Amino acid sequence: MSDLNTQMKERYRNNFLREVTANVEEGEWVRMCMQCGVCAGSCPMGPHWEHPPQEIFMMIRANKRDEVLGSSSMWFCTSCYNCIARCPRGLPITHIMHGLAHYGKRLGIAPKEQPTVKFSQKFWDNLYKKGRVNELKLGLALYFMNGIGEGIKTSLKMQKIGLGMWKTKRMTPVEMVGGHGCKDIKGFHAILDKARQIEEAKAAQFSG
Amino acid sequence: MADKKLGAYICKGCGIGDRLNADQLAMIATREGKVAFAKQHDFLCSQDGIAMIQADVDGGEVTHMAIAACSRRAKTEAFSFDNVAIGRANLREGVIWVRPDTDEAKETTQEMADDYIRMVCAEIKYMELPENSGEQERNDRILVVGGGITGMTAALESAKAGYSVSIVEKSENLGGMAARHFKRIPVVAPFAAPQDTGVEALIAQIESNDKVTVHLKSTLASTSGAPGRFEAEINKEGSNVTEKFGAIVQATGFNPYDANQLSHLAYGSTPDVVDQLGLEKLAKEANGGAIKRPSDGKEVQSVLFVQCAGQRSDKEGELPYCSGHCCLTSIKQALYFKNQNPQVDTIIAFSDLRTPGAGGEDFYRAGQDNGVTFTKSQVKEVTANGGSLTVKMQDLILDEETSTDVDLVVLATGMVPNSGVNIDDVQTEDENGQPVEPKPRYDANDAILKLDYRQGPDIPQLVHGFTDSHYICFPYETRRTGIYSAGPVRRPMDMKQAQDDAAGAAMKAIQALENAAQGRAAHPRSGDLSFPDFRKEGCTQCKRCTVECPFGAINEDEQRYPQFNEGRCRRCGTCMGACPVRVISFKNYSVDSVGQQIKAVDVPEEFDEKPRILVLACENDAYPALDMAGMNHMEYSAFVRIIPVRCLGSVNTIFVTDALNSGYDGVMLMGCRKDEDYQCHFVKGSELAHIRMSKVDDTLKQLNLETERVQIFEIAITDIDRVPTIINDMADTIEKIGMSPFKF
Repeated sequence: MSDLNTQMKERYRNNFLREVTANVEEGEWVRMCMQCGVCAGSCPMGPHWEHPPQEIFMMIRANKRDEVLGSSSMWFCTSCYNCIARCPRGLPITHIMHGLAHYGKRLGIAPKEQPTVKFSQKFWDNLYKKGRVNELKLGLALYFMNGIGEGIKTSLKMQKIGLGMWKTKRMTPVEMVGGHGCKDIKGFHAILDKARQIEEAKAAQFSG
Repeated sequence: MADKKLGAYICKGCGIGDRLNADQLAMIATREGKVAFAKQHDFLCSQDGIAMIQADVDGGEVTHMAIAACSRRAKTEAFSFDNVAIGRANLREGVIWVRPDTDEAKETTQEMADDYIRMVCAEIKYMELPENSGEQERNDRILVVGGGITGMTAALESAKAGYSVSIVEKSENLGGMAARHFKRIPVVAPFAAPQDTGVEALIAQIESNDKVTVHLKSTLASTSGAPGRFEAEINKEGSNVTEKFGAIVQATGFNPYDANQLSHLAYGSTPDVVDQLGLEKLAKEANGGAIKRPSDGKEVQSVLFVQCAGQRSDKEGELPYCSGHCCLTSIKQALYFKNQNPQVDTIIAFSDLRTPGAGGEDFYRAGQDNGVTFTKSQVKEVTANGGSLTVKMQDLILDEETSTDVDLVVLATGMVPNSGVNIDDVQTEDENGQPVEPKPRYDANDAILKLDYRQGPDIPQLVHGFTDSHYICFPYETRRTGIYSAGPVRRPMDMKQAQDDAAGAAMKAIQALENAAQGRAAHPRSGDLSFPDFRKEGCTQCKRCTVECPFGAINEDEQRYPQFNEGRCRRCGTCMGACPVRVISFKNYSVDSVGQQIKAVDVPEEFDEKPRILVLACENDAYPALDMAGMNHMEYSAFVRIIPVRCLGSVNTIFVTDALNSGYDGVMLMGCRKDEDYQCHFVKGSELAHIRMSKVDDTLKQLNLETERVQIFEIAITDIDRVPTIINDMADTIEKIGMSPFKF
């Protein structure tokens, strides 16, 4: 039997719902959605994304694992909290969206070329290094995210603001070399690595 | 009452005295109305005013009184005196409040009031006090037909209230459909899990209750009589016993829809597709253990519920309505699986999830919380597929065709009321469309109640075979007085609603038998003591009254004269309106009491340019709407004269012809909405009035009158803005077409 056939047979089984419940932040709420669509109607990003939250939740219940986790829709969320405020069933929809996005990213299924995905990775790498966010490096990384040409153009455009921040001691070029960090960086890395290990072990139960 | 003593009381309160010339009204009452006296009072409904009237009543000064004050719907408690006939002239809501307080309007407003005084004086002259007919009996026994959860609850509720009950049940056990269920939808907070049906406890209560007699394996062989004196022949395995009852509760429940008609869902072709009752059977067999599928006894690992299977459909042979309970029942059944083993996949494919009742939404959440998958999908096809079932469906949220394989499929099929035969299924035409002697198409032996009513052996059906007369306005009331229906025979419902229904119907039955014992009417004219009087000498045996009575109250006696059964009568007067020779009347409401009011109105000469428009308004909706228009001080033409009638069905065409002959320029009939969403309090009254009035056009043409002069309207109680408008439109129409040529 082909893979597609197996997938179809398994439709509407609870496999993926169970996975989401176990591994996604606030994922236990997904089963409580009653498909009213108020979230979809409330979302300011509504016209731009492929699947509104209501549909994402139904896809989870329909066992469409790869389509959900590979979707760019969750990455569009701007955390405006309209959906949470309006959901008649009280689902923390914003949190679930971020939870799903994070889970898809961790499994490497999330779309690679989506700007939010890319920036999120840069933010994480920046933070991981020193235990503190290095704003200068993060800012520059964002400018050069889409290539050198665009990077130089944006940098020149932002020149004045940078100089102003330097003058008022909000930012210093010294950060470019080394930069500030937390006290016990080894301990910080140990914590994050352990957390990752635990999460990955949990996810592995569902990977196949 | 041999000696009629007529008197009139004229109130000057609420501005009546300021706006109208009360002395003139009193003079008209005595001179033209021929009452013995006309007393005026500044505030008639005050203690002092009431005391004045009471003193006259006690002193034997008055037996028939005209009270000219506010509407007959106002101050009913103040103006209620025993053993006197009372007529009311509506000078407040009907005159001063609908007319402008200006000098130009003064004359026509006074004329309006004058006419209402003439009318009420004429009315009381032709009114009698209703008397006891002697037909009443008191019987505090209630017959409950059907021993399911509805019937048992009705019996216990009646017994609790002190009435004795007989239950007639055709099968060999009590419990009915409810007994076939493993558990029921929860009825107590937190509404989170299926709970015990409670059927066994109910049966135990019935068996230990000495007020309740149970006839098992029994059916009704015949039912005759009227509220307070029903006589039922109960057939128990071939032998008959006759018992007498005061009232009847029909709780005959439902039959499950025949799922064999759903071959596209594979019902019948594989045992692994069951209906909801089928799953209850499997759950009962498992008794809390893993539910096994019928084909090979494998423990079910995945199950799909198809909602609205063969119902809410416009396909031939399928049910057009929603059975109300099936969504909750499917959640309950999905929880049978989930509570036993959370790993079982349960899928509910719905089109619109409906979870009525106090705990409905909570139970839905409980289902979701336990991991039941709800999908808004339309199931197209189920096919057996070597050991499993493939379900093809259209996901309506994801908008795609999809399919899934499961071990078991449950079809949520609907309820078909078990209401006996449809007595309206009568052949009236032959193949060529020629009218023939009406012949029933049903077999009278299939009837449940086997009524010996002329109108048919069962209760008239409202829609889709359910026996009710109006879901919203008169629940439990059937169109046979003293017989109340409860449970799924009335409308589709679950056990909780059926039990609530049972209590309601039991209360109605008690009310009916107590009213019958005193000769009082049942709803909606509760407490009315009058009943149809009939002058046998004048009767032509045309049978119109027996056919048209919406409540099947009238039988035929051996000589084929109508036989009025007072207990069955709702006092609407439809028979009075139907009678072509006008021999049917009530003591306090008759062809004369209305007809003389019409004639009492002073019709001005043609050249006075003052038309007269008669309004016959149904007292249930149209008259209150007119009153409320008055309360809102909405003005309407001073040329109308309004007479309240019990129901538009009681309007005899003679009223209209008489009015036109006496020079009225227009006649307006205001009744309730008729069609299938009718609002008529007597079900058929308004419809019959419309049919009768459609024939008035010919009469008008014969008289060489414009057909616009007689109009009939459907008025709801909320049509407060509309009534003044249609009255004024009518006045405009009369102005356009000119005055009636029939004035003297």
